[in-house]
Amino acid sequence: MSTHGEVPQENSQPKPGDKMKTTTTPHSLADLASARVVKAPGTQPIGSGLEARGVHAWFGKKHALKDVTLDFAAGTVTALIGPSGCGKSTFLRTLNRMHEFIPTAALAGEVLLGGKDIYAAGTDVTKIRLRIGMVFQKPNPFPSMTIGQNVLSGIKLAQLKVSNTKELMEECLVRAGLWEEVKDRLGEHASALSGGQQQRLCIARSLAVRPEVLLMDEPCSALDPGSTFRIEQTISELSRTMTIVIVTHNMQQAARVSDYSAFMLSDGGPGELVEVAPTNELFSRPRDKRTEDYVTGRFG
Amino acid sequence: MLVTKPRRSDQFFRVIVTSGGMSSLLILGLILAFLAYRGFEVFRLEGFGLITSSDWSVVEDDNGSVVSQSYGLAAMLVGTVLSATIGVFIGIPIAVLSALFLEFYAGRKIRNFLIALIDLMAAFPSLLFGLWGFLVLMPSAEYWAKLLHKYLGWIPIFDVPAPVFTRSPFIAGVVLAIMIIPICTSISREVFSQTPLDRIQAAYALGATRLAMIRAVVIPFGRGGVIGGAMLGLGRAMGETVAVYSVLNIVYQVNWQVLFGAGGNIASMILLKIGEADRDETNALMAAGLVLFLLTLIINFIANFLVSRLGKTGR
Repeated sequence: MSTHGEVPQENSQPKPGDKMKTTTTPHSLADLASARVVKAPGTQPIGSGLEARGVHAWFGKKHALKDVTLDFAAGTVTALIGPSGCGKSTFLRTLNRMHEFIPTAALAGEVLLGGKDIYAAGTDVTKIRLRIGMVFQKPNPFPSMTIGQNVLSGIKLAQLKVSNTKELMEECLVRAGLWEEVKDRLGEHASALSGGQQQRLCIARSLAVRPEVLLMDEPCSALDPGSTFRIEQTISELSRTMTIVIVTHNMQQAARVSDYSAFMLSDGGPGELVEVAPTNELFSRPRDKRTEDYVTGRFG
Repeated sequence: MLVTKPRRSDQFFRVIVTSGGMSSLLILGLILAFLAYRGFEVFRLEGFGLITSSDWSVVEDDNGSVVSQSYGLAAMLVGTVLSATIGVFIGIPIAVLSALFLEFYAGRKIRNFLIALIDLMAAFPSLLFGLWGFLVLMPSAEYWAKLLHKYLGWIPIFDVPAPVFTRSPFIAGVVLAIMIIPICTSISREVFSQTPLDRIQAAYALGATRLAMIRAVVIPFGRGGVIGGAMLGLGRAMGETVAVYSVLNIVYQVNWQVLFGAGGNIASMILLKIGEADRDETNALMAAGLVLFLLTLIINFIANFLVSRLGKTGR
């Protein structure tokens, strides 16, 4: 393989040739993944599914993403994994039309939310982004606002009317797992929080506008293990009520939090979807040789 | 302890850079010393009268010897602050809106073209602005001035003692506004363009429209810089000579009424008087220059204070 991907950060990383053992070693990725109860598609009462149909993306003349078709069933957590530069983040950003903010960016294909193409002519982009929230790699609360104002910033930005803002603020902070830490300091500026707290504040902020889908772009990559653990807990809580798509470099994280995993890869050209499967299957019985090489740490 | 000894090239560069930095300080200090030295006699003669009285006159007898002299800058000080403030009040909103347009709304081609045009405008000789103000702007601005007076005349500063609307601080202010727009636009645009992208994206990801995003993210971030740019514009407007000279009537009488055709500013008065001044009056003009210098310095201190106070929260 010509591409040299990023080696995943793992302590129990199996050596090349060890792959048969990985399925039996305790705390292996497959064990982690199978410890979760997999949600079958269509059984979830809340949230909308998201379907990508033949999505291509370009930056100028560079073809960055090629023909990705992928379903995200309502109420499930899907992890997008793959080496750096394989187009995971680009793909994620096509799902709520953040891709088009990059100058010269172009796109082909359809993304269906509740059966309707979000790229259809006449679609109000701001309404799409209210229904499909996003959490970024680096915590990015608004520094000019207090903690409380940050939670409600989406309401203000989208000019929504909410009758009881106090309850909403508390509810979102509770769901993001931050309420206990900040309930007495809601008037402080957001920059007073730690990195992990800021990221949970960003999650609370995106929950306030009641999205049906939440996209997370490596939400823990800038955080310490403790904060990462808290956010993973939060993701599990949230997945009861919404559809989540998470990009992660950390395969253990993918194994811990996701129901489905999609492996993407670029062989120097545009990124492509190699394989998508329930997470425990993808980590224990990958169908594609390239997936197997990647999840067993033999990549590159 | 091991300490790296600076290399010779480093030391050499340090000397060059230091002397460059110090020379600007030295030149400024020398100018200040020169003005203070020449103006000293006048300060002693007039005391605070220099800035509180508005009588500027030199009376000579038939032999050309001075009978009485009096130097008061109050009218010119008021005129300086007034016309510059009007310039900033008109110019800054236009500059900020232009900057927002260039940064967030304009297409790439229009953007590059307009940026080049605005930079060109900044390099335009101020005399041409003055001439344009006198020949073109004055007749139409007179109409606006009358309109303002008709509907806002009940506010004291928009009242006039006599219906003389040409050559007023208002019209000088409009010319100054046009002069400071380019520099304030490019400063504001520069500040806005540094808004962290992740914050902009966070706002958009929350369903913000462009306007909502600008209000929530760009303005809080750029506020301090825009105020700094405004103060720089104010400083330029206060020191402007030729443009004001060609537009404004220099009258030695304190005039707060912005639409009334009387006023002047310190710099243009110095230009008016310097050609015919004797030695004493020249000294008085130097003192006037020092007063202008100090006024600009005070404005800069205020600007720094405001930038540090207001600029922090949005960063």
